[in-house]
Amino acid sequence: MITRREAIQHVAALLGGAALSGGDQLLAFSFDAAALEQATAKGVGAFTAADVALLDEIAETILPETSTPGAKAARTGAFMALSVTDVYTTANQATFRDGLRKVDEACTSAHGKAFMAATPAQRLTVLQVLDREQKAFMDALPNNDESRHYFRLMKELALLGYFTSEIGCTKVLRYVESPGRFDPCAPHTPGDRSWAGHA
Amino acid sequence: MKQSVAESFDAIVVGSGISGGWAAKELTERGLRVLLLERGKNVEHQKDYRNARKGHWEYPYRAGRTRAMVDAYPVLSRDYPLNEKNLDWWVDERESPYTEVKRFDWYRGYHVGGRSLTWGRQSYRLSDLDFEANARDGIAVDWPIRYADLAPWYDHVETHAGIAGSIEGLPQLPDGKFQPAMPLNCAEELIAGRVAAKFNNRRIIPGRNANLTRPLPGRGRCLYRNACALGCPSGSYFSTQASTLPFAMATGRLTLKTHAIVTDVVFDRTRGRASGVRVLDAVTNATTEYSARVVFVCASTLNSTWLLMRSATEVWPGGLGSSSGELGHNLMDHHFRCGANGITPDPADRTVYGRRPTGFYIPRYRNLFGDKRDYLRGFGYQGAANRQGWQRAVAELGVGADFKDAAATAGPWQAGATAFGEMLPNHANRISLDPVKKDKWGLPVLAIDCATGENERLMRADMMNDMADMLEAAGVKDVKVFDNGYYPGMGIHEMGTARMGRDAKTSVLNAHNQVWDAMNVFVTDGSCMTSAACQNPSLTYMAMTARAAAFAVEELKRGNL
Repeated sequence: MITRREAIQHVAALLGGAALSGGDQLLAFSFDAAALEQATAKGVGAFTAADVALLDEIAETILPETSTPGAKAARTGAFMALSVTDVYTTANQATFRDGLRKVDEACTSAHGKAFMAATPAQRLTVLQVLDREQKAFMDALPNNDESRHYFRLMKELALLGYFTSEIGCTKVLRYVESPGRFDPCAPHTPGDRSWAGHA
Repeated sequence: MKQSVAESFDAIVVGSGISGGWAAKELTERGLRVLLLERGKNVEHQKDYRNARKGHWEYPYRAGRTRAMVDAYPVLSRDYPLNEKNLDWWVDERESPYTEVKRFDWYRGYHVGGRSLTWGRQSYRLSDLDFEANARDGIAVDWPIRYADLAPWYDHVETHAGIAGSIEGLPQLPDGKFQPAMPLNCAEELIAGRVAAKFNNRRIIPGRNANLTRPLPGRGRCLYRNACALGCPSGSYFSTQASTLPFAMATGRLTLKTHAIVTDVVFDRTRGRASGVRVLDAVTNATTEYSARVVFVCASTLNSTWLLMRSATEVWPGGLGSSSGELGHNLMDHHFRCGANGITPDPADRTVYGRRPTGFYIPRYRNLFGDKRDYLRGFGYQGAANRQGWQRAVAELGVGADFKDAAATAGPWQAGATAFGEMLPNHANRISLDPVKKDKWGLPVLAIDCATGENERLMRADMMNDMADMLEAAGVKDVKVFDNGYYPGMGIHEMGTARMGRDAKTSVLNAHNQVWDAMNVFVTDGSCMTSAACQNPSLTYMAMTARAAAFAVEELKRGNL
């Protein structure tokens, strides 16, 4: 069994871009919380702690606290930064990074202040405009076109990070690790929350 | 390199996956002292299933894949198997490369249990429509066996492995000794009823899967977690670890050796028999020769054939079993990744509880019952209906509170299926030893030269369009066909490179899976397949292995081996 301390060291090695080899090493870090803590406190890859804070607010605006916790409580910004750094292609990394600047520009031109300084209502109107823009852009793309609108990437990562977080799976969706039985025809009322899948 | 000679055994089994595990169990239970050789590390039942309980949030990338993983696993990354959850159950591609003359996606598991830990668990019998197909169509060679030869062995392995399934009375998909099926859900039932009413001979039935709905000795029934490929804490799906190895161990006659790469089967020219195998220790590089009266080669299709190609080359330059000119030829897979899906409102007031580790199956109906197409053979479908989750929100317009709360609710049912099509045996589809490239241990790697042909191309049109017809007939809306593209190997159903036959001049193995050129060498994994049928093949390997093991023990008793 790997200890928590070892796990954090493995995460640190990963964040430092250390060469990894073989399945065992790649699997050796398994504490998502440690990676998210570190990314929030110190940033990750090309993302500073301030970038992560901005991503948290973008994600929170897309998926705010309602009767259930919002994206910020689920550390969604840190997850987004980690994913862009280690998962994204170079092209999508550039699109996403450039997008952070464009969100601020859109907010400044609409409300005369940067996204972090805007009120939740101002942030929402900015992202509603960007959302319509990305939807029109993406719907017009030919099938095999790999380009992406930056706000589609942000929205996609926010949804992924939020609904696969512990909060998302267990407090927003419903999660039972071991259901114990299968009912092929259970009652359903419109508005019932989804069941989260097992990893 | 110094070579030592170790103790002798009654039987040696090469490989510990689905086929090798069965060989070890059957041979030990019939009284033989068996050495089971596995080229990779041990994976201990339950104890080594270390990710089995984890939720998405316990992985940094939420069970996804990083660029570092993609770089390290260029083949695995081509499809779904590459992820954070069970990466150490896939081969290290840098240690064990191969050559793609044409693109071939080869997914390998080099550890105790092999791909029995990660398999899809769909378990279907072949029928005489399959065993007679080559003879009827004048394709390749005739199978040397018929359904009646294998039926009692299907019974035998199904009873022990535990296959959930329904009794349907279909000639093209024989019923078996099933545990109770995992039922269709109510959306699938609706679709099944409407399809049955509109199409003769098309039936939507519960998938037949190697997951327990009733406990078996040492194994609990399925708890509907649907995380099988991480290893099952309750041993509820068939794997070497859960089902065959414990029984072989319990006899006290099994020796399991890990990190043991079999470099070649040792051939005794004067007796015309194998005398044992040579083993290269994957860690120390030391070689050891083990002797035995029979050798079962169960290393997975391409690896078993690779081993034969490296064996007895002093007699046959092409290796043991090459005298027919067919060793390494006739490589097959199942072609798939095309079908259709859509959205259905019904039943609006119903959902499911629990995660069923299977779906529905539509048995083959093309080129059967008087149907005649412009291609040979046919396909079956695997699919499911379930309510959409948050993922549907990605492409929807919206941000903010209402958007978030709507994304968290269960969406409408989506229903769809992908077809698994039969690939014809073709002599030109072959593997050979690469003359230059070596693996980490200095063995010449395999070069794979395989492609689908015109028959498969023609079949794929039906594979897409038929599903769309059925879904539309069932009232499913927004039906879309898809063909996500297919390259050989993607089905992870490699077959045929040491085929069975009736004649030593045109086949590698006889009707009992014996190599014609060395009757005490049995090959019982997918390499023995004379045709591919369209059913998932692992259950057939289990039955074939159990049958060959019983035969081998009888032949030893008769003094014939």
